[in-house]
Amino acid sequence: MSHSARRRPPRVGDNPLFRRALLAVVLLLVAVMIVAPLVVIAVEAFSRGVSYFAASITDPDTRHAILLTVITALIAVPINTALGVAAAWAITKHDFPGKRLLTVIIELPFSVSPIVAGVAYLFVYGLQGLFGPALQAAEIKILFALPGIVLASMFVTAPFVARELIPLMQAQGRDLEEAATSLGASGWRTFFSVTLPNIKWALLYGVVLCNSRVMGEFGAVSVVSGNIRGQTNTLPLHIELLYHDYNAAGSFAAASILAGLAIVTLVVKVALERQGAGRVQRPSALAGADSIVPEVKP
Amino acid sequence: MAAVDTSPDLVAAAGGKAAAQKKAARAVRRRVLPGLPLALGITLVYVAIVVVLPLAALIFKAASLGPADYWRIISSDRAFASYRVTALCALAATVFNLVFGMALAWVLVRYRFPGRRLVDALVDLPFALPTAVAGIALTTLFAANGWFGAPLAALGIKVAYTPLGIIVAMSFTSIPFIVRTVQPVLEELDPALEEAGQTLGASDLAIFTGVILPLLTPALLAGVSLSFARSLGEFGAIIFIAGNQPFSTEITALLAFIRLEEYDYPASAAIASVMLLTAFVMLAVTNLMQARALRYTVRG
Repeated sequence: MSHSARRRPPRVGDNPLFRRALLAVVLLLVAVMIVAPLVVIAVEAFSRGVSYFAASITDPDTRHAILLTVITALIAVPINTALGVAAAWAITKHDFPGKRLLTVIIELPFSVSPIVAGVAYLFVYGLQGLFGPALQAAEIKILFALPGIVLASMFVTAPFVARELIPLMQAQGRDLEEAATSLGASGWRTFFSVTLPNIKWALLYGVVLCNSRVMGEFGAVSVVSGNIRGQTNTLPLHIELLYHDYNAAGSFAAASILAGLAIVTLVVKVALERQGAGRVQRPSALAGADSIVPEVKP
Repeated sequence: MAAVDTSPDLVAAAGGKAAAQKKAARAVRRRVLPGLPLALGITLVYVAIVVVLPLAALIFKAASLGPADYWRIISSDRAFASYRVTALCALAATVFNLVFGMALAWVLVRYRFPGRRLVDALVDLPFALPTAVAGIALTTLFAANGWFGAPLAALGIKVAYTPLGIIVAMSFTSIPFIVRTVQPVLEELDPALEEAGQTLGASDLAIFTGVILPLLTPALLAGVSLSFARSLGEFGAIIFIAGNQPFSTEITALLAFIRLEEYDYPASAAIASVMLLTAFVMLAVTNLMQARALRYTVRG
């Protein structure tokens, strides 16, 4: 009697039978829905042997697709990082009218289907779009070329860095920056030696997620790229092309590169979360940030 | 309102003073931190060129159709069938994820088992894995000769190239939403609430439905709206597994894409604008739900 009284009562759902059953069902579903897709990519990629896998990866069209994907990321990710930092600085360290609207607009691409984004870009730079005829007259190619791919990738990942930084910088407040500037530090110096050290993990976290999405973006890029083999095919588009060519092994070989990138992204994400990134409560854009300022504990 | 003597002058004076103080406080702040013109300038130029311009161009293109043509395109039988397939499959996928996501969050928070952290990390895989990769992997798994498709086919269930396949793809791409909104709330849940129920003699099921579930509801609704919105707009993962037959397995995003490939730009603009408006509505709903959910988590 006294023995059981000292122990805490079992919590809800701790009945051993229920626990085992629920755990079994959930883990089975995780295996089917999440693990199996990863495993099938590896199995299919090597289904025709290691040499075929190596040949698929080093095929000139695949190599070109990899190169184009990397170039796209090298342009889009730094620009979006700069935007994320600038937007977070303006929104969290200053007051100006229309701040809430600006936050909503930055987060908008997150809610818009990639296909809609692609179609929308067509009506700006396409021949039937706003600037299409003028661009054609000037012989500037944006659609079905690298600039279009980069722009579409930038659209879908515009909020990625900003949404990691804004809640964090909001929670950190302005006191440190105000102290630094009142002691005579310039704006840049304040940013680099006061703000940046405080946000570096969250910034890196946003950059990693942004890069992962840019390299994997399919829908929006598919509309604006024109899918020209060996020219405007990014890696995800090349995977589709090979798949519809009934070259499943080649397609999965190319897919295994992106799956590898996804796994690396997850590992880095977990490592950064240990540093505290990605843990700040996200404010909803429309609700306004002032309603969720975390309580400061004395 | 209580009846208090409020002479207009007094109120105006008090209001004016408060406003002046606020203004002064703001002016001090604005003077102290530099960089607003540069940061705001970059942000506004970027947002104008990359985000607002294309969406405005799309709306402009759709609006230039005229109401009669616009209505004819967006209410055509084929478009309507695509809305139905998309919405119903998204609904089914969200209901599946509601149950699976909550069970997964529960297991991750309440139970200790080997590999728990690995499972926790894997929950985010659907966000990290490019949708085209997910699409071909799921199609291979659920095709009639696939690992899961073959046994299911023996039972007479076809998944790939049917609406069921669309549901599988939508479920996969939106698994993390409900898990990640419910998880923090479950972690913060005060054990005393359950213990109170237990000392009053309530069964586990009664405590779950009467105490825990109401506390989880705001987070669940937030996750559900995010998951549903994502499923409505998903493209890459679905087109491989869907079969893409008009009137039965053609989703709205694909119809917009097909109209484009047929050089029927006005129709594509009209259908894309319907998706955009739906996204706006869903954005408002998700923000409302998230604001509600945050009210419950932050004050914990």
